[in-house]
Formats: sequence, C-alpha cells, structure tokens
Amino acid sequence: MDIFFQQVINGLVQGSIYALVALGYTMVYGIMGLINFAHGEVVMIGTLVAIAVTSSLIGAGVPVAVAGLGGLAAALLVCMALGWSLERVAYRPLRGSPRLTPLITAIGMSIILQNLAMIIWGRNYLTFPPLLPKINYEFAGAHFTLVQVAIVLISAAAMSGLVFLVYRTRLGMAMRATAQNPAVASLMGVNINRVIAAAFVVGSALAAVAGVMVGSYYEIAHYQMGFMLGLKAFTAAVLGGIGNLAGAMAGGVLLGLIEALGAGYIGDLSGGFLGSHYQDIFAFIVLIVVLMFKPSGLFGEKTGERA
Amino acid sequence: MQAKLSVVALSVAAAFALSACGKKEEPAPVAAPAPIATPEVVVKLGHVAPMTGPQAHLGKDNESGAVLAIEELNSQGLEIGGAKVKFELMSEDDQADPKQGTIVAQKLVDAKVNGVIGHLNSGTTIPASKLYFDAGLPQVSPSATNPKYTQQGFNTAFRVMANDIQQGKVLGEFAVQQGVKTVAIIDDRTAYGQGLADEFRKSAEAAGLKVVANEYTNDKATDFKAILTKIKSKKADLVFYGGMDAQGGPLVKQMKDLGIKAKFLGGDGVCTPEFMKLGGPAADGEYCSLPGMPLDQLAKGPEFKQKFNAKFGYEIQLYAPNVYDAVMVVADSMKRANSVEPAKYLPEIGKTSMEGVSGKIEFDEFGDLKGGAITIYQYQGGTLNYVATLGGSPVAAAVAEVKDAAQAVAGAAEAAGTAAAAAGADAVKAGTEAVKAGAEAVKAGAEAAKAAAEKK
Repeated sequence: MDIFFQQVINGLVQGSIYALVALGYTMVYGIMGLINFAHGEVVMIGTLVAIAVTSSLIGAGVPVAVAGLGGLAAALLVCMALGWSLERVAYRPLRGSPRLTPLITAIGMSIILQNLAMIIWGRNYLTFPPLLPKINYEFAGAHFTLVQVAIVLISAAAMSGLVFLVYRTRLGMAMRATAQNPAVASLMGVNINRVIAAAFVVGSALAAVAGVMVGSYYEIAHYQMGFMLGLKAFTAAVLGGIGNLAGAMAGGVLLGLIEALGAGYIGDLSGGFLGSHYQDIFAFIVLIVVLMFKPSGLFGEKTGERA
Repeated sequence: MQAKLSVVALSVAAAFALSACGKKEEPAPVAAPAPIATPEVVVKLGHVAPMTGPQAHLGKDNESGAVLAIEELNSQGLEIGGAKVKFELMSEDDQADPKQGTIVAQKLVDAKVNGVIGHLNSGTTIPASKLYFDAGLPQVSPSATNPKYTQQGFNTAFRVMANDIQQGKVLGEFAVQQGVKTVAIIDDRTAYGQGLADEFRKSAEAAGLKVVANEYTNDKATDFKAILTKIKSKKADLVFYGGMDAQGGPLVKQMKDLGIKAKFLGGDGVCTPEFMKLGGPAADGEYCSLPGMPLDQLAKGPEFKQKFNAKFGYEIQLYAPNVYDAVMVVADSMKRANSVEPAKYLPEIGKTSMEGVSGKIEFDEFGDLKGGAITIYQYQGGTLNYVATLGGSPVAAAVAEVKDAAQAVAGAAEAAGTAAAAAGADAVKAGTEAVKAGAEAVKAGAEAAKAAAEKK
C-alpha cells in the first residue's frame, strides 16, 4: 500500500507540471483554434533563463531564496516577452490563412528556439542550483521532498490565479468573448489583437513557472527538454478536452497518475508480458479510449465557455 | 506594413535557421594548408556521433578527439603513395537515432569518404555498418560496445574498445565482490543499454545473484520515480543501470530522494564527469566501469589529456581518447598499405599493432579489440577514483606490472639522487644498490609478463 501511495505522489507531482504546461496549449487553442507547438520550447527557455540568472546571482553572493526569486522573475519576463513576440512574428501575420499554415510555423518556431538555445547555452546538460533545502518527508512509508510539495502548491495557486483571471476580470471576459466569436466580440469593442496577445503572454508566464519547477525538481536542464514535455502536456490538454481550462488541469494530473501507476503496475498486471517501457503506450491507450467515447475529451463539450 | 513585417520575420527566421545549420555541420577548422611542393591528395574521413539531442555533449567530445587527431596528422606532413596527404574531417550528426544513423551513413558513402570513424552509439553503429560494408568502406567505432556490431561477418567493422560481453562479465563479478545478494536492472532500451544489461544479468545470475526486478526507461527520459518506486518494493541491494549519463545522473539522485538504500552500478555510459554533475552528492560512493585502462596509468595518457585541455579548454568527457586512436588506426593502416584507397588499406587495419592513447591496439579476426581490460571506478566528490582493473588479457596486466616496476626504478633512482646530494660518496654506493634493486624489479616484472603471456 505504501508503494501505491508513493506512486500516487510521483504521479501527482508530474501531473501538476503537465497541467501547468497544458494550460498554455489550451488557452491559445480556445481563443484561436491554433496549436502552439512552440509552447514546450517556451518552458525550456524559462528553465534555462532561470538557471543563468539564479546561478550568477548565487555566484555574486546573493542568498539562495532571493536568487531563486530573481531567476523566476527573469524567466517570467523573458517568457512573456517571448510569448508576445511569437504571436506577433509567427502567428499574427498568418491569421486568416488556412489552419495548417500557422501549425507549420509553430513547428518551425519550435526548431528555431531549440537551436537558438543550443547556440546560447551549449549542448551540455546544465544543473539547476537547488532552490529549496533538501528536506525529505516520510508519510505512511512514502517519501516526498519539500520541492515536490512546493510544486503541487505553486501549480494549484497558479491555476487558481488563471481561473480568477478568466472568470472574474474584464480581460477574462474579453477572452471568453473572443473564444466564442471573434467577429462579434470585436464589434462589441473588444480589441482582438490585444486579447490574443494577452493569452500568449499569460500562457507563457505559466510556462515560465512550470519551467522553474521542472528545473528545480529534476535539477537538470537541456535545450531539448521542452520537446517531450510539450508533447506530454499537449496530450494532457487533448485528454481533458483542448480549449477547456478545467480539462487541461484534470488532464494533466490524470496523465501524470496514469504514467506513474502504469509504469508501477503494468508489469504485474500483465504477468510480466509488458514491462515498464510500455508506460507511454499505457498513457496513450487511455487517451485513445477516452477519445473514442468522448471525441472532444473529458471536459470537451463545454465549448461555449472555453477560454 | 503587415506583409513587410512578415518578410522581415521570415528572413530573421531563415537567418537563425541557417546559422544553426552552419554551426552544426561545420567541425572546428582543421590546420592551415601546407605549401605545395609534392602533389596533394585530400583524404576525407567521415565522423559520426550525436551532435544534437540528449547525448550532444558526448558527440562533441568525440568530434574534438577526431579534430585533435587530424590536426596532428596534418602537421606531420604525411606522404602516402608519393603524394602529400591532407586529412579532412566530415562530421555528421546522427542524433543517437538509428534511423538518422543510416541516413548520414548513406551520405558519407555517397560523398566517397576514405573511411569512417564512428558511430558513438551501438544503436546507430550496427544498422550503419551494413551500408559501410556494402560500400567496402572501413569503419572504426570508438565506442560501440554491443557485441553484435562485429558479429555480423562484416570485414569492414572494427572497434577500439572492449565489448559488452567483457564489461558485463566484470561488472557482474564486481557486484558479487560488493557483497550484494539481490539486484534490480534498468536499461534504456537502446542497443547499448539493453546489450550491457543483458550481459550483466547473465554474469550476475551465473555468480549466484538474484535479479529481483527488470525495469525499462528510454534515452530521453528525465523522470524515473515510478520504476524506482517499484524497485524499492522489491528490496534490491543494488541497482544496475545500462544507459547513458544524462539519464543515469538524475536516476541516482531520484533513488536517494525516494529513500532507496541500494547501491548503484553502471557501465561506461555513466562513467563521465557529466554524470557526477547531474547526480551531485547522490553519486558519491557509487561505482561504474570503463573499458580500457585509466588514462593516467598509460604511457601517452597524461600527455593527451593535457593537449586536449589546452586545445579545447574543457575536460575530456568520455570517448575522446578512443576516437583519437580510431583516427590514428586508419592513418596508420593507410601508411602501411601506402594507399588511401579503402579497398587497399582495409586489409591492413586487421594487422594493426600500435600503442594508442587508450592502450595497445590489436584486432582479433572479428575486428574486436584484443585483450581489453575493464577498469572499475568510484565516484568521489566530483572525481572518478580508480578502484581496480579487472579482466582483459594477462598481457595487458603484465604490461601494467612492468610499468609499475619501471616506476619503482625511477622512484629508487630519484631517492638515490637526493640521498647522494646530502650524504656524498657513501650514499652514491647506496644509490647504485637501489638502482640495482630497481633493475631487479624490472627483471621480475618482465618475467611476470613472460609468465603471464605463457599462461595465456
């Protein structure tokens, strides 16, 4: 039982990160119907910027906590600027063109960002300075660290902040209106360009937070780390129903849990026929089954409220 | 305005893309052209390693080894077949991906290179070796350790490193020495990781160890908590990892996070500075193995290390000495055949007998390295500490003994020298005696070598 509990913790932490990244995909999709494949790279840039700033601050003798906050702030600023410029440079000129075109630019931007990061930060793996003290908790036989607790709490806070933004502010109202019908929204005085740019900026801010969390959790970063993470988060968004905020959160956490439990139990369940290398397959089987019965994802039907 | 902006954006994007490509394709500049006196032929050597992707740091390390070798060859001003030879490196990126590996292999074949150094990974080396064989192109891999590579009956396939049968065996025996009873095995499902894990499993089981868990990950993963949690429930004494450093480092760290008390053991893929950087304090006290002898104990090792650091300004990661040797093997064979034609110098590779940076290089009939000692290291505070050299041929061991004896002589002579300066004539006598004792040690060493060779 303690093993089961440990796997749930593993999955929950991983899932929180997926959820935070998935929100970025889902916000942009909800408003523009565009899958921003460069989003995983925004996370990667966030991590690498945070590493660069935090390490140099620590090197300059700044206390670790302050340096960490400085790194987070820098990551937020850079990622928000990056999100804004991505939209301005790669997507806005193509608005109104066939849907496939911005998808291709998105993939192109993803490759450009990866190579740019490789040129700036090099090919080697970078280590993330530990931001939080290494405190190990033990509860009912399961081990977890302070970092893991912080990750779950911070993603919960970031997600509640986003929900507040979308449902309780004027900007959020404008976002929801644009999602429902951009033409009508613009007739009602909503500045569509600003709303879309805001969606990219907010999504990128979440990506920066996710990037710092991934970095401090695994204490490792690399210019290609965004690709797989982005793919998983995209899967989570589809699982929950892309375009739906609650769906992205639920999808992320669910995907994390499925992966952890899948890797932990698939071998025993299949009598040793399938090993833990089938953990991704396990996750995708769940995705396919969900999509067969609910093609728009778990929460997908509420398209009217997508943001 | 809109259109203009998009044009600007596209050109910026294109510029980035171009600069990225340019960076990737182009190896560091190789030596200045020599003044033309005799006719000059250009010898193109293909080099393949992952230059992008999770193992890019190792690929760059390999390429640096090749660049260093080629620069040296060019500065020697070699003449082969009556013409001055200029070596050129054609560096390709296989992304550690078997599919990409065959694509770049075809590219090298089409470019009519004179020989191939690579690839880095077994997973890319094995499928590519078929293409090189069909083209009659000699291939020397510095680091593909999966036994299959040389067992396909290709006379073009060579490697300058001990294979995983030897390494797995030594690692299994070492695990027994550590007093463990149960082991859990993780591999990354690549030809290298899986091959090494399989050989370790065989050896561990033969030595009476119980394998309580077989788990798998992939060579791009960062999270291992799920499989480690499962291993924890099986209560293994030792976790063996068949895979590379980029996964091994985080893996050993996550073991400690989960409160797993088992020891960690890995092969050459995790025996790197990068592993210790990524594993941090969690790596301390754990063990790994590397084929060959430690550089510091080899005749040309320290000199190579110094040259490498001076030229590139960073530490050797892993296989750079082997890549250097691989280039030298090809050049040496060309010299002996007096031809740079693949068909002409290929038979000479098998007859290679040279003292490389990574040790003595001789091939058996399969193209595998003869002898092939395996050295165990322990991670300690960010450095790899030498533990023991196991396996390999007795000749290699005897060579080490002779070297030790020679060192003893040098030590004795030095001691004698200082003593002489202090105490005068009497001490000189003592000194000569010490030298005599040293000489006897050399003799003993040589005898040991002879005995060992006979034993073989």
